[in-house]
Amino acid sequence: MLNILGKRYLFFALSLVLIVPGLIVMAVMGLPLAIDFTGGLLLEVKFDTIAAPAPADVIQLYEELGITNTNVQTSGDNILIIRSSFVDDDTRASIISAMTERFGAEPVVLRFDSVGPTIGQEVTSRAGLAVAVAALGVILYITFAFRGIPHAFRYGVCAIIAMLHDGLVVLSISAIGGHFFGWQIDSLFLTALLTVIGFSVQDKIVVFDRIRENSAIFRKLDFEKLANHSIVQTLQRSINTQLMTSEFMLLALALFGGVTLREFAIILLVGLFMGTYSSIFIAAPFLVVWEKREWKTWFKGSKTASA
Amino acid sequence: MSRRLVNIVLIVILLGVAIWVDIPKEQPLKIGDFSRPGNLQLGLDLQGGLQVLLEADVAADAVVDAGQLETARQILENRANGLGVSEVVFQVAGDRRIMGEFPGLKNPEEVVATLKETGQLEFVDLGDEYLPDGTVLKTEQNTSAAPADPQASAEPTLTTEETIVKTVEAGRTAVAQGTLVVPDAEATPQPADATATPEKVYKTVMTGDKIKSISVTTDALGKYVVDFELKDDGTAIFADYTSKNVGKFLAIVLDKKIVSAPRVESAITEGRGQISGGQNGFSYEEANNLAITLRYGSLPIPLKVVETRVVGPTLGQDSLNKSILAGLIGFLLVILFMTIYYRLPGAIAILAIISYAVITLAVYKLIPVTLTLPGIAGFLLSTGGALDANILIFERLKEELRAGRTLKQAMDISWKRAWPSIRDSNIATLITSAILFWFGSAFGASMVKGFALTLALGVAISLFSAIVITRTYLGLAVDGLKITKTARWYGA
Repeated sequence: MLNILGKRYLFFALSLVLIVPGLIVMAVMGLPLAIDFTGGLLLEVKFDTIAAPAPADVIQLYEELGITNTNVQTSGDNILIIRSSFVDDDTRASIISAMTERFGAEPVVLRFDSVGPTIGQEVTSRAGLAVAVAALGVILYITFAFRGIPHAFRYGVCAIIAMLHDGLVVLSISAIGGHFFGWQIDSLFLTALLTVIGFSVQDKIVVFDRIRENSAIFRKLDFEKLANHSIVQTLQRSINTQLMTSEFMLLALALFGGVTLREFAIILLVGLFMGTYSSIFIAAPFLVVWEKREWKTWFKGSKTASA
Repeated sequence: MSRRLVNIVLIVILLGVAIWVDIPKEQPLKIGDFSRPGNLQLGLDLQGGLQVLLEADVAADAVVDAGQLETARQILENRANGLGVSEVVFQVAGDRRIMGEFPGLKNPEEVVATLKETGQLEFVDLGDEYLPDGTVLKTEQNTSAAPADPQASAEPTLTTEETIVKTVEAGRTAVAQGTLVVPDAEATPQPADATATPEKVYKTVMTGDKIKSISVTTDALGKYVVDFELKDDGTAIFADYTSKNVGKFLAIVLDKKIVSAPRVESAITEGRGQISGGQNGFSYEEANNLAITLRYGSLPIPLKVVETRVVGPTLGQDSLNKSILAGLIGFLLVILFMTIYYRLPGAIAILAIISYAVITLAVYKLIPVTLTLPGIAGFLLSTGGALDANILIFERLKEELRAGRTLKQAMDISWKRAWPSIRDSNIATLITSAILFWFGSAFGASMVKGFALTLALGVAISLFSAIVITRTYLGLAVDGLKITKTARWYGA
């Protein structure tokens, strides 16, 4: 039989490799927050008849209109994505006509978003609250779902550790994506993150459920063997339910679903994969670590994190 | 057996109704008073358009009355319909905001500018002083027209009081607190009138709520004007004022800005009047916009634009096409996988999923759910979830078959054993959806709400699909094909 739990420290190390670089990028450069959180203006225009003007020219035009903090990103097909600070209605309405006049062709507006600074603040605080409430809801739910078995608290804590792991991987990927591919953390990203958190728990419940069932059947078996047996039993199911169904759909969305949903689909894709991965390679191993109280040996040098 | 028969009848009826609802129609769906659009409603991100978030323009800590917000929403909707903007939707979002959605609008900025005008019309006594059109002045009326709760209009009230104090000082008149104190230009002529204009508080003779009906016509010169007819009490006030003030100026003021300031030529006793566009005259649009603003009354609270989102029609169409393609490709992959891997049950699960999709779309239409891009993602994700439930059951089925049970025993046991994990995991998803919906609803983030709603609906319907539909279909297939002995058909 596959011995997954025996290699548990290898998997812990692997997760750290996934999480740490992103966290470093985040700590050094910050998260690429979209105007949903910061407030501001986002204009995405396409020039059909002429070549898109140089970013410097656009910035200059914006400055003449009295708009600050302008940042221009070019994209294929003569598309410009222009971000700047929030302005009043009249100034905003004048941007397109000013562009038409300056560059000699009317740009096609693909997207034009304007978010007031107070809204941005409110979205941010509510986002924080939503994540907190989601985490709390999950804790309560797990406590409820495992109320009848010994060490229900352990299961809850391990599920939450794994959930945090999934969230951190998603954050890490987004921070890296933000700095290399120009991704933005917007409310859709948050939606993806909250969904990942929700689905993450779903998987842990299925795996824990099997451990619970087996511990009633094999009373004498060593806990590590029992947990490993349970994981292997559910492995097929985990792979099939998550990877082969939801992931197929998301992969199709990421590849063919158009620009607007690409980041969303990729984050869900990675996040849901992590949800499945962490229930097998993080949550269950942590249960074993807890059962054996292995932290007592962590600092004695006999077993290292890279074992 | 009879229970299965009940299920079959139930499923057939349900699918029949769902397919009937799903078919796109020119006419709206109608059952008695219940009416729904004939086609699935697409969000702005799919068809292009403008989304605007309006916020009560009052002090940040002031409480906005829910009734006033609802009245404002109603007025905005009436105005939009009056302007001929089709399919516009206004929704109260949270406790101080209103979200408006304008699909496929050509001139969104202008329309929003007209809609958000507070629309308070005042007839203001200027005395002997003429002020040009467009002058912004202070009147004794609050910005808030209705007998507003003082909290809601905290800001405007403050300004007025402040001004009163200043004027009082200038006029050296002792005033009791709370009385209306407006220096009447006639009674206390002030030499510094011209320079003091911005600080002066003018007397409001009458407000727009005394108007009975309003229409756009042309005057003798062929210019567009707005005709109005007053209610009885308005007629009396107007007659009284105009007979006493012949030769004086009466300004027609909209939201504190002078539209025109005609001289009172003679007493007007019949309760009719005309608003002309001042020196430049009105264009038809200007006259019509004014008429619409007046006809539906003034907003009980001033509003400001705090967020706008415009999606161009090309991007919307592109997104729609691509997401449909993506959905089809994803679905094809799933069909391949399910039939290869789970064989007969897999094929049956696909039938169940198609039934699931048909029912879900019908539910979207009946609620109705406005489909956005994230909404489509939510739908696809919940389709995956619906399959998950099937797979959980089939994996159990294989295990039980390998353990040597008969097919019938295995089927019964697998359904029973798989149910707790299906239930638990779906409840977890429902909790997440609820939190997402709450997160999205307070500031009109329709993208987030759309995702949460389609996900939650999908989960609920998928439970039904896995437990009732798949089970019935599989039972039918097993009996019909008489393949009870070949475990290979079940991928075991």
